[in-house]
Amino acid sequence: ALLKDGLRSQVSAALKEGQATPTELCQRCLALIKSTKFLNAYITVAEETALKQAEESEERYKRGQPLGILDGIPIAVKDNFNTAGIETTCASKMLKGYISPYNATVVQKLLDQGAVLLGKTNLDEFAMGSGSTDGVFGPVRNPWSYSKQYKEKSVPKSHFEDEESNWVITGGSSGGSAAAVSSFTCFAALGSDTGGSTRNPAAHCGVVGLKPTYGLISRHGLIPLVNSMDVPGILTRCVDDAAILLGSLAGHDPKDSTTIQDDFKPFELPNLTDVSKLSIGIPKEYHAPGLSSEILALWSKAADLFKNAGAKVVEVSLPHTRYSIVCYHVLCTAEVASNMARFDGLEYGHRSDKKDSTESMYAATRREGFNDVVRGRILSGNYFLLKQNYEKYFVKAQKVRRLIANDFVKVFRSGVDILLTPTTLSDAAPYTEFIQEDNRTRSAQDDILTQAANMAGLPAVNVPTALSERGLPVGLQFIGRSFQEKQLLTVAKWFEKQVQFPVIQLEEVKRHDNGVFQHQKSASFS
Amino acid sequence: QKVSVEVLDHLEHLALVDFRDSEGVERLQKAIQFADQLHEVNTDGVEPMDSVLEDRCLYLREDDVTEGNCTKDLLENAREKVEEYFVAPPGNIPLPKLEERDTFLQGS
Repeated sequence: ALLKDGLRSQVSAALKEGQATPTELCQRCLALIKSTKFLNAYITVAEETALKQAEESEERYKRGQPLGILDGIPIAVKDNFNTAGIETTCASKMLKGYISPYNATVVQKLLDQGAVLLGKTNLDEFAMGSGSTDGVFGPVRNPWSYSKQYKEKSVPKSHFEDEESNWVITGGSSGGSAAAVSSFTCFAALGSDTGGSTRNPAAHCGVVGLKPTYGLISRHGLIPLVNSMDVPGILTRCVDDAAILLGSLAGHDPKDSTTIQDDFKPFELPNLTDVSKLSIGIPKEYHAPGLSSEILALWSKAADLFKNAGAKVVEVSLPHTRYSIVCYHVLCTAEVASNMARFDGLEYGHRSDKKDSTESMYAATRREGFNDVVRGRILSGNYFLLKQNYEKYFVKAQKVRRLIANDFVKVFRSGVDILLTPTTLSDAAPYTEFIQEDNRTRSAQDDILTQAANMAGLPAVNVPTALSERGLPVGLQFIGRSFQEKQLLTVAKWFEKQVQFPVIQLEEVKRHDNGVFQHQKSASFS
Repeated sequence: QKVSVEVLDHLEHLALVDFRDSEGVERLQKAIQFADQLHEVNTDGVEPMDSVLEDRCLYLREDDVTEGNCTKDLLENAREKVEEYFVAPPGNIPLPKLEERDTFLQGS
């Protein structure tokens, strides 16, 4: 039961009181990682260093001097964050074998607080994708594919069909992180969010996925995709834990000049009981084509939940929503074309054997190192940046971006506190179905509800809401005002309490959790 | 309109990445088609937005040396090096022209 507990309420207390030790916790997680290897959630498991960190943490607890609430807590990190001494691949051939010489700021912060880094999680290559299916290490499987809840609902088409062909995707691109948290192999994981890459897999895997305001958390060490939109994302099993992680990561970093200089004060989330002063906005354009009737109904139910509790619930309009994905497509490919230029084989990463000239070596290296998706985006980006296209596409997209951002400003100015929208168009698709469309089409479809928040730099969070008819998680998204994470998460926490999202019933986890930690009451059952 | 072979060739030169096959070229065509939807939006009088933090001043730190001396670490990840140099093949040699290059576009 300990594996299922939230950080604040149970685990930290248990560690402090000696009811559990960091090394035990670490070992359980490592064992669970091994037995859930079929999920392919981890690219690298840093077993030795993790155990060492756990031992050091244990020493601190023995001396009564833990570094804080995160001391001894097992964490996983998406493989596009630099981790000193540990391979960082971005799920690409281009960086296979690349051992980071430094820690990303967010990784350093976690380590400084005693967190135990279990390993690096799988993703779409260079975080480009919405399925976590396009990485060089293969796709990530959604743990819910193996849950009792999903298996009960799936009707086998023949007796030869088994779990092997039925499994569903995690969503992406932070699918490995979402799967790791969802399958209890860690207590929290870092993801990244550029167009929805943290919130999308969070929704499909039934975990909390927080995208903080752009500028709140340092991007130093996060291998960049779109500099003006990337943010580190936080994945946890409950909203309180997300607030704890946020508290330990947010704040100005002199190494990232795009972090704001305002003082950041970590906060505890109050237990909201009175929502009557709250104004919830329902943007009508988020009733996007392709939105499943199930999710539409859930969204409506959620709006009613707030209304019945006394909150003001109003329909609002974000008129440029449908251009958000097109705008993103242009800006993203343009920034990608620029950001991927650093991969030339000279100083790090894959290097081709071609020796005739620098240019031909670069070209061969990049041909060998990047997959179709990455190459495609680089070429598209270069097209939009050509002199004859610059105004027509790139600058035009930047103008549309302002219109999108202004839509939000207007709505928040009209008195709305939080926006409530679906996170995804449907529950997780089976892998065999998902791969029938190409990456760009899928991304365009799947990012539609999450993308605009990145355009405007706003904080947004996915809260697991209910199970679909197929027994898979469905989440809803809350979008807040810039730098108002406390308000956003307070509302999210209230909502989480109301919906009582069920705990995943996984055979693997049950096997590892029996016996040793008996009397822990799971926070999520209360 | 389809993108001309000259432009495709130019893009391969700029990006130092190849289209590889007809699918790659199709991908670009579709991407352009998709992006063309932007022109439906009226952006008269709208300023382009570079950053959502445009209303703030960028942080500038003091011009003090705070870290460095990590030559060994940085050289660690390079495949070809000599003493403290990264070794590159000869420069100032342009990529071969379309006709001479081993590229999918040659057939077009």
